[in-house]
Amino acid sequence: MKRLALVMSILLGLLLLKGTADFPQFGDPNSPASAGHPNSSEDSHVSVRYITEAYGETHVPNLVSAILADYRNFDTMFETTVVFTAGTAIFLILRLPLGVLARRRSKAEMPRTLPPLARDPILEMACRVLFPPIQLFGLYVLTHGHYSPGGGFQAGVILGASFILLAIGFDLRGTLSRLPESVYNPFTALGVAFYIGIGLLCLVLGGNFLDYEALRQVVPLSSQEIRSQGILLVECGVTVTVGSVIFAIYTNLVSRGLHREGL
Amino acid sequence: MTWILEAFLLLFIIGVAIAALESKCLLTSSIILGAYSFMMCLIYAALGAVDVAFTEAAVGAGAGTVFFLATILRTDRKTSR
Repeated sequence: MKRLALVMSILLGLLLLKGTADFPQFGDPNSPASAGHPNSSEDSHVSVRYITEAYGETHVPNLVSAILADYRNFDTMFETTVVFTAGTAIFLILRLPLGVLARRRSKAEMPRTLPPLARDPILEMACRVLFPPIQLFGLYVLTHGHYSPGGGFQAGVILGASFILLAIGFDLRGTLSRLPESVYNPFTALGVAFYIGIGLLCLVLGGNFLDYEALRQVVPLSSQEIRSQGILLVECGVTVTVGSVIFAIYTNLVSRGLHREGL
Repeated sequence: MTWILEAFLLLFIIGVAIAALESKCLLTSSIILGAYSFMMCLIYAALGAVDVAFTEAAVGAGAGTVFFLATILRTDRKTSR
């Protein structure tokens, strides 16, 4: 059986290798992705319009940010919803049944106060020194996503990881007493709600859904500036959701949903 | 000359993937998978997709490895084989 699986995967690998031989060369002007390029034989395509017009329309030098959070912001909205759904699924599987079970058991037999954990001063000092720069870097990635690689998603992961560092270096209970579940769980939904709220606000002000130019009626800025600031606003929503979901997934996985002991 | 770097990285990725599959200790496997993600991140960067590389480094090599570690330390450390 194992040998058959090996033969099958080698055959599949050869098939895939043969398939990749038909791909266009990297940077080929005749490939469909760069259709519309002056040297290309294909007709005009949307990618050329993005490359030539995006900076003039949004004043965002990082094309990836402009496309993700402006031209294709509907995609990004549902990507954020997917992250939120993942966090909610893990909450429902691990935290909800076990949490209810543990609460019932703790009333009956479990001791109210758990024994204090062993502390390591070197580890704690290292975490203390690392924690603020990591958070600052997360905020930098969020706000500088217009000009350099980065954006809401990466910033959220970095901010969530900084709290995971606290939970590993100190202990889970101490971290959860500073950032309780009643704070970060609502934030997973609030980020998505903020993103959709921006879209609805544009709708109410007479534009299309997530068309930031409609916000000019409230904030007197030029068309380019309001699109640039709109990108920042929705990226903030993404950051809040992703950061809290990353931390929520970690706390539920590491404590089997009980939130009593970390690593 | 970047093709030398890319070819080296691609060969290394295959080696790392086989090592992650063959390791009996799941803890070792998950750390090796973190290295695998980092190699992928370097390949994305070499191809010019810096944003994708950044996401891969943060999610794949960072958060993903921590999630694997947390799950393995709470379940069973060895494979059943």
